[in-house]
Amino acid sequence: MGGLLEKLDRIDRRFIYLLMALSVLVPLAFRLEMPIPVSPGPSMDLYEAVDALPPGSVVIVSYDYDPSTMPELQPMAVALTRHLMSRGVKIIATALWPQGASLAQNALTQISDSLGLSEYEDWVNLGYTVGGAVSVVRMGSSISAVFPRDRVGVPYDSIPVLEGVGRLADISMVIALSAGDPGIHAWVMVAQGRFGIPVGGGCTAVSAPEFYTYLGSGQLVGLLGGLKGAADYETLLKRDNPGAPGGTATPGMAAQSISHLVIMGFIVIGNIAFIAGRKRKRGGAK
Amino acid sequence: MRTILPLAITFVTGMIMVLNFFVPHRPFNSMGNSLSDWYMIVASAAIFLGAMNLLQVHFARIRHRARNWQYSPVAIGGFLLMLTAGLVTGVEEGRAFDFMFQNMVVPMGATMFSLLAFFVASAAFRAFRSSNWRATLLLVSAFVVMLGRVPIGDLLWRLVPGAASGAHPSLVTEIAEWIMQVPNMAGQRAVMIGAALGVVATSLRMIFGVERSYLGGAD
Repeated sequence: MGGLLEKLDRIDRRFIYLLMALSVLVPLAFRLEMPIPVSPGPSMDLYEAVDALPPGSVVIVSYDYDPSTMPELQPMAVALTRHLMSRGVKIIATALWPQGASLAQNALTQISDSLGLSEYEDWVNLGYTVGGAVSVVRMGSSISAVFPRDRVGVPYDSIPVLEGVGRLADISMVIALSAGDPGIHAWVMVAQGRFGIPVGGGCTAVSAPEFYTYLGSGQLVGLLGGLKGAADYETLLKRDNPGAPGGTATPGMAAQSISHLVIMGFIVIGNIAFIAGRKRKRGGAK
Repeated sequence: MRTILPLAITFVTGMIMVLNFFVPHRPFNSMGNSLSDWYMIVASAAIFLGAMNLLQVHFARIRHRARNWQYSPVAIGGFLLMLTAGLVTGVEEGRAFDFMFQNMVVPMGATMFSLLAFFVASAAFRAFRSSNWRATLLLVSAFVVMLGRVPIGDLLWRLVPGAASGAHPSLVTEIAEWIMQVPNMAGQRAVMIGAALGVVATSLRMIFGVERSYLGGAD
């Protein structure tokens, strides 16, 4: 028994990698799906806040992430964009991360085309701005000062969807999808704290705990944390719009569930071996 | 003069931004707006510095045949290729820049981040040990949150007789959410308030010229 535990303690890392790969690949390959019960919480709060927006209102969605965190954040971007567009809410896309502008364009064109909406009439992608929180401060007095043109060079003043939108006070809500800094912190501190605009957020699972303070203080109207948050949103969207196409987060939850169990299994094995080794050492010392 | 001028600029700009926050009216708001515009211009210029630095570092690696220098020509080539494509064809959908971004940068970026799962699994196995009661508490909390953040946690809980029809069919999620909303939030608040007070103190020290390390000297 002692020999087996010692062997387990020195398990080859390649075996761990193989099991991890299988735990992700098998559920995805066999399209394993799990029911996603959505209980009241930050995901539902954000969904309800978006759902309460009247048609025609204007929302800023800030795509503050890059391809490395895209597997977690893009599904929530797609689900949120679909929800907003299907409710007739106008979207102004911005990005505090350089590569976020192109990822925003993906989500916007994909949903806009499927709903028959048009760029510049129903949504616009203003692209990337440098400066993080300072640019958000500047948007408080003039959005066109930060974005004189959109992502491809169309002047701000000639874009129909931006008519009557001069500064942050003209915006009904800001939703920041953020992989780090600049991101949710900047929008909460400036757009919400200074100008009183409701802010919702979406972030990677690993960074979600730090934003719970803003949920507790009411500075965030809701939060999608990681793939689970995206899957919650997709489930709620599907509940209210049964005809809507499914997203990529819901199928991903099965893979994430199994991989979490595998990691927990390894931690348990590691601890059994550790405790047995400690007992053995104590026994030897006596 | 080399010290006084930067200190004076820091004091004046810092005070304008502070006054702009508390008195958002003329002349402070227009002065604050101008300074914000200047900040964005200076920050944009930093992008060029970054690009120049990237080229400088990698050309030096090639020249000195530093360890793994073979990757440097790939980095320089990739940088120049994307730069040329962006400048020549623009960044609109369907253009060369967009094609390379969607089909090369996006999958490679996602791949790099996904490798983290393997390292986390291996590191958790080797390092996540219940060596004392604090580590055990952390371990138990992590288990509950890991199960509560995926649907399988509640599905497993509902296998317990009576759990599915009981008062708390989503008990694992509820406990995970409690951990996030009570002990986690308390800890995060402490960190955030501490950091914010530190930022205020450091900013005031810089504005009033007490903190001068940003000028490049030790004093």
